[in-house]
Amino acid sequence: MSLTRRTTTSLLKPLTTTTSLLTRRPYSTDNSTPITVETSVPFTGHNCDPPSRSITTTPSELMTFFTDMSLMRRMEIAADSLYKSKLIRGFCHLYDGQEAVCIGMESAITKKDCIITAYRDHCIFLGRGGSLLESFAELMGRQDGCSRGKGGSMHFYKKDAGFYGGHGIVGAQVPLGCGLAFAQKYKKDESVTFAMYGDGAANQGQLFEALNMAALWDLPAILVCENNHFIVEGVEFVDVRERDPIERIRKLILAHDLATEKELKDIEKQARKQVDEAIAKAKESPMPDESELFTNVYRKGYGVEVDGMDAFAVKQACKFAKEHALKNGPIILEMDTYRYHGHSMSDPGSTYRTRDEISGVRQERDPIERIRKLILAHDLATEKELKDIEKLARKQVDEAIAKAKESPMPDESELFTNVYRKGYGVESFGADRKELRATLP
Amino acid sequence: MATNLKKLGSILTKQASLVRRLSSSPSLASDGANGKSINLYTAINQALQIALDSDPRSYVFGEDVGFGGVFRCTTGLADQFGKHRVFNTPLCEQGIVGFGIGLAAMGNRAIAEIQFADYIFPAFDQIVNEAAKFRYRSGNEFNCGGLTVRAPYGAVGHGGHYHSQSPEAFFCHVPGIKVVIPRSPKEAKGLLLASIRDPNPVVFFEPKWLYRLAVEEVPEGDYTLPLSQAEVIREGSDITLVGWGAQLAVMEQACIDAEKEGISCELIDLRTLIPWDKETVEASVRKTGRLLISHEAPVTGGFGAEISASIVERCFLRLEAPVARVCGLDTPFPLVFEPFYMPTKNKILDAIKDTVNF
Repeated sequence: MSLTRRTTTSLLKPLTTTTSLLTRRPYSTDNSTPITVETSVPFTGHNCDPPSRSITTTPSELMTFFTDMSLMRRMEIAADSLYKSKLIRGFCHLYDGQEAVCIGMESAITKKDCIITAYRDHCIFLGRGGSLLESFAELMGRQDGCSRGKGGSMHFYKKDAGFYGGHGIVGAQVPLGCGLAFAQKYKKDESVTFAMYGDGAANQGQLFEALNMAALWDLPAILVCENNHFIVEGVEFVDVRERDPIERIRKLILAHDLATEKELKDIEKQARKQVDEAIAKAKESPMPDESELFTNVYRKGYGVEVDGMDAFAVKQACKFAKEHALKNGPIILEMDTYRYHGHSMSDPGSTYRTRDEISGVRQERDPIERIRKLILAHDLATEKELKDIEKLARKQVDEAIAKAKESPMPDESELFTNVYRKGYGVESFGADRKELRATLP
Repeated sequence: MATNLKKLGSILTKQASLVRRLSSSPSLASDGANGKSINLYTAINQALQIALDSDPRSYVFGEDVGFGGVFRCTTGLADQFGKHRVFNTPLCEQGIVGFGIGLAAMGNRAIAEIQFADYIFPAFDQIVNEAAKFRYRSGNEFNCGGLTVRAPYGAVGHGGHYHSQSPEAFFCHVPGIKVVIPRSPKEAKGLLLASIRDPNPVVFFEPKWLYRLAVEEVPEGDYTLPLSQAEVIREGSDITLVGWGAQLAVMEQACIDAEKEGISCELIDLRTLIPWDKETVEASVRKTGRLLISHEAPVTGGFGAEISASIVERCFLRLEAPVARVCGLDTPFPLVFEPFYMPTKNKILDAIKDTVNF
């Protein structure tokens, strides 16, 4: 099929010449023939109508999704072995399994929109247009790294693409994201901030503080919870629905024959009626004046639950969220996703879940496999061509690592730079009282 | 669960040992007759076990402690005492400490763990404004003396920005809490039990570098070591060295090297940072006429500054040289430059010589 041929050749060529795939869209217009796909599962909306399940894409977008996710997957696997061979020090948190969240999000937004995330940041950086070399050099603490070797795994940044980084303390980045969103709203440039956090951070108080401020001031902030279901090392939580207090009492009443089911239903109906009457009355009550603006902020608890393993579902949700946030203020997206690796390199990730569970997800929900199947189903490339793309990703990763290894460590004077703004004086002390005044470059 | 947690601890400490050889702490500790040789995390585990066993109103909680904690300090406690006394909390430091204050205010012993000292800052408000001032502002009607907050602190060789900090000085500025840092397994067990039983809230920092590395004989039974009492762990006549926690092992190496050059160093473990034992340090400086303080935290505003100022006030006429401080640099804790940042043995040795030859 000639279309296929052209797709792959035009795709593969630029791959060999650049280490950053993601800023490129090397496709001819032939490849923009629309294809309609359906998201894996329906969205669940909270206080809002969820977006439609059907989404229009193009062959070129499908191929880009595949290529970019393959590259991300390969990068994380390579980082894993670099860490094990002690070339990466510090802490290292891998993203493989969650690629669809990053890819889908990027495809729905522009670089004017901001992203801020926690420490699982390598792929987000790549998604924003960062290069493999910058990533690996940063991971190994070298000068060519995106933070000049001073940040390491948890601290990737890319200001020119609106990536506000890589933050080490769980949940701390979310209030920052609200600050970004406020600045965006002030500028009126129709851009939004995606503040990403994990299900562990959802326990942090500052997350709620941030959400409250965002709602209070109608900030264009989208709080993206990447729910990978394992908080650091898998704290278990009880599903409260199973412990519904009313159900418990209902069972007791029935067991003791104190009332029939119908009588209990009648009581509930009565309760409903009373509530409705009260609501009707309350509606007649006048609105509070503006000074009471701060009293009821949760009226704006909008949210959408998304299959975070489906790049198109993510894309659709992010597009929806952006429109929503610009019009109505903050919204939460809960991405149901899965990380294949442990929480960090010190967690093998196999003690709180079974191997079967992981391989089950790989078989049924893997974000890359989903795209592969779509490509094959629409005859956009052959299996071999897709394999070639993966091989190429591997080659590019290997080349980037080799280059990164050649990059020197930061200069010793860098220990003292960037503590304060250049030229405003910094004093550091060496051994004993011998004062060492750092000369700022 | 057990394995992966174990791994984290072992990775941290094993790799640490590759980077820097520490003197094994037995030489630092007073003799631990009739005990087993155990490492620091096991000593902490024993102390917690005794605390739970000896007082049915004591509780241990924090992130992942139900599984044994990332450094294995709470291994087996949940099995032995049940999930209602040893339990996991959500990931919320401010909540953990606030909860502990409430629990302690009802007359219980609340032993909270913050996974890394670097993560203690969300709980700073609770510690400074709630825990420390509870007794004072209620005119002694309420207190949270049963509260002990444990947190691993300090460098491990490759921890980077957020797994290496030494935040003790922040807490030393807060009247109403005690700050305790042990140097070895035997010290850790006795000081932790004393902290748990002390009728004041205590912040207890554990040197994570030494969790596996430091091994010494530790008495098996229940014992406490006095708080606010420094210990002279090496006697000398030319200069007094004051430190705490993991840094003492480094300082002792410097003392040994200095001795080879004919300088006799007296080494003091402060053990409790507030309220601290000024008398022991003062008596030593009156003898030697010189003082050197060393800690991992940045030098400016570090607790060394307080010791220096107090001793200058008390011993001004006796001092023969300015007080020396060999500490971390005034930079954030660096990722690749940790060896430059740290107050190493050679830096201390240089400072000893400069001070003695002033």
